[in-house]
Parts: sequence; C-alpha cells; structure tokens
Amino acid sequence: MADLLDKNLPLLERMKKVTQAGSRIGPVNEEIISPTRAMIDGRDTILAGTNNYMGITFEPSCVEAGQKALEKFGTGTTGSRIANGSYAIHEELEQELASFLGMKHCIVFSTGYQANLGMMAGLAGPKDTIFLDADSHSSIYDGCTLSGARLIRFRHNDAADLDKRLSRMEDDGGGKLVVLEGIYSMLGDRAPLADFVEVKKKHGFQLLVDEAHSFGVLGPNGRGLADEAGLLDEADFVVGTFSKSIGAIGGFGASNHPMFETVRYSSKPYMFTASPSPASVATATAAIRVLAREPERRVRLQSNSARLFHGLRGLGLELGCDEVSPVIAVKCGDEASTLVMWNQLLAAGVYVNIALPPGTPGKLCLLRCSVSASHTEAEIDRIIELFSSVVAGKHTIAAAG
Amino acid sequence: MTDDEQEIFDKLSELLQPYNEKQIELKPQTEIAVDLAIDSVSVMDFVMEVEDHFDMDIPLNVLSETHTMKDLISVVQARTNKA
Repeated sequence: MADLLDKNLPLLERMKKVTQAGSRIGPVNEEIISPTRAMIDGRDTILAGTNNYMGITFEPSCVEAGQKALEKFGTGTTGSRIANGSYAIHEELEQELASFLGMKHCIVFSTGYQANLGMMAGLAGPKDTIFLDADSHSSIYDGCTLSGARLIRFRHNDAADLDKRLSRMEDDGGGKLVVLEGIYSMLGDRAPLADFVEVKKKHGFQLLVDEAHSFGVLGPNGRGLADEAGLLDEADFVVGTFSKSIGAIGGFGASNHPMFETVRYSSKPYMFTASPSPASVATATAAIRVLAREPERRVRLQSNSARLFHGLRGLGLELGCDEVSPVIAVKCGDEASTLVMWNQLLAAGVYVNIALPPGTPGKLCLLRCSVSASHTEAEIDRIIELFSSVVAGKHTIAAAG
Repeated sequence: MTDDEQEIFDKLSELLQPYNEKQIELKPQTEIAVDLAIDSVSVMDFVMEVEDHFDMDIPLNVLSETHTMKDLISVVQARTNKA
C-alpha cells in the first residue's frame, strides 16, 4: 500500500532547500510591537508584508470592543449561524458592512477563504458557467470547483479574451458568473473594471468582484475598486475579508440582489462551520466604523504606497505593475537568489513576503511588500534603503527604460 | 494515430515546448504534468495556448480528467467536431 504522503516528497525536498538557505517557512513573530513592528529572531523588525493596510490591529476602540465581546459573549460560539451560532453582534456586523458598502444585504463568513468558497458555491451550480481570471486567488479556484459549475479561465485582466470566450459559448440556459479581483494579491494590479463592464453590457452576465485587497483601500468611500471606478452598480456581488484592512479574521459577501439571503442556505461553507468568534466579530464592526470616520487613513496609505513604489522603482527594480497600490512586488531572478535576498532583508530588519511559483503568475519569483497606513516615512525609507543594499542590481529583473 | 490525431499531436507538442524545460520526449502516453514535472498553473497556461490555437474553450473541469497527450488530443478532437 502506498503511503499517502509519498506524493509530498518533492515538497519535502523543496522545504529542505528553503531551510538550508537559512529560512524558516514563515518566521515566528515573538512579539508584536505595533502594526508595523515585531520582534523576529530577537530583532526589532519592520513589517512590510502583513496586508495590515490600515494599521488598525491595535486601534484602541477595536481592542476594547473585542475585550467587551469576549467578556459578554464568551470565547466562541460553538455553532453554525443556522444553528446556535447567530448572535446579535453577527447581525450588527452584517448591517454595518452593508451600510459601509451601500448595499442591501451582507453575509458574514468565518474566514476570507471561506467567503470565496461560500459565495462561489452558494451562487453557481453544475448547470452554470463561471469565467475566472487566470490570476485569481486560490480560494476563488477552490470555490469555483466546489460549485460544480463549468469553469472557463480567461487571460489575466484581458476583457477582450473574456469577450472572445463569451462569444464562443452557446446559450445552454445556465447562469454566467464572471469573477474579478479589485487588487490582485501578488502583483498589486487592479482589474480594468470599465473594460469588463463593457463586455458585461454586450453579453450579459452576473459580476462578482473580490475586494479582499481593495476593501477599505480604494475609492472615495473605501468600498473598493468598484467605488474607485465609479461602477458600484455593476458589481452584482462583492466579496471581502476582515484579515487585511479590518485587522481581524472573517469574510463577507454582499449584494443588492433581492434573493441574496437565500445564499445562506445554498452555501455549505456558511452552514457547516462555526460562526466567527465574538471577539473577532466585535473588532471587525469597530474597525469598519473607524474606516468610515477616518478617511485620512486611506490618504496616508496612498501616500506611503506612492513613497515605497517610487523609491523601489528609483532603484531600477522591476515592479509587479505600473500603478501605485499597497501591494508592491519586486520581480527577482530565480528561486535560490530570491531566498538568499529574502533572508538578508529579514536579517537586516525588514520582513517582506517571499512568493514563489506556482503561487505566482508567470513563474515569477517575488519579494512582495504590502504597505500600511501606519508605516512612518522613516520606516518606508528604511525599507527602500535595505532593498537598495540587499536587492538592487543582484539577480533581479531591471525595469525597462 | 490517425493523420488528424498526428496533426493535433504535433501542434500540441509545439505548444508544449516552452514548458518542457527538461526536453522530455513527448509520446501519446506522456502524462503532461507528471512526466514533464510542470506545476498546475503551468498546465493551465499551456492549455490556454491550446485554446487560442484551436479557437475553443477547454473548461478546467475537463482538464482535471485530462492527463496524457492522448487524452488532450481526444478533448481537442471532440471540441473541434462539436464546432
């Protein structure tokens, strides 16, 4: 009989290579000093890879809300939303989110990953077709697979390619769902929403925008890419997560569709799991209120992002995209040299994400930064300085022109 | 293989070349992902090239049951005939 884990032998080899290069796969934060600083390996380290875009994890009103909920509602709900796990604070969070988004309905899921699983599987079924962007997050792929729908992958950010594929499709009577992301997590580029909306008008489909990295970040009201693009009415469904700009854990789906509430009962990832814990729900609600009343956080994030983007580009590094966003990825040469540089950056006092194939598009090796509204200018400058000494000119892909 | 199958095989082999880094000899029974040791994203990217060349869509669901070059030839044939 074969050992089930034998198929993981190539993974084991890869893990060995990483550890031999001096890395831990996921270094341990011994102490979190602030949203942008932690003690790692006994060193005070700048965090530049946490997706903590709004720097909200130590916001006093959020911490206090979490503590109160913990005391009032306990440590966990021990049940699903459709059984004993619906508390008044879950409904309060859903109402707060719907209000923030300007949408009628909102459903909260226990994690961001589950939000995509639950939304895809709750919306589409075996008679439907989902068209998904090639660079979609793994949770979108997995949600699409769970739905049982026919899955057509189109070229990344290529509305013409989607148009071609929709034109080829015969009408089979099923529904059509197109899935885009507001900001793509690896390269930091946005979906060209206006182009996709043109295709939507031509062919007719329902559109879902995953605003995981853009919720709270983009748009005059922080509602995401659809808000920034002035196309809020075109997104039939919005998905988001609490683990980035909200600084908690959980996720949501939202819509104006009059039957949206039925998704609670067509979505196994919603039904067959415990509801989010009271402390997490309460901190998320408090964080949304902070985002609503402190738009200056978005302004600071934009300014910090621009500072890092232009600073790194000024070093001659090729970045993931040409648009400023809080996700700023530096393209590197190969896995071995990327690992060396990532270790050197960490040893010098900055944590960024290392992203390697197949988790990246186009087999890219990336040193990925995410910017926070809480980074000081001095921290941003230090990150640039360390990229200058460790990364610039060494096994990276130089920017053209 | 019929002439039609050979023609598709030759085209698929050509499209697969950029992903065949170890220059494994391709045969109808070659398992694309396993024998060429290419990851799942690269397989999907290769299939996109196939879709573009043959002007067809190959749903990801179909792909999960498609392992060998021969399997892929059958998929392309079936979808060409359908059109």
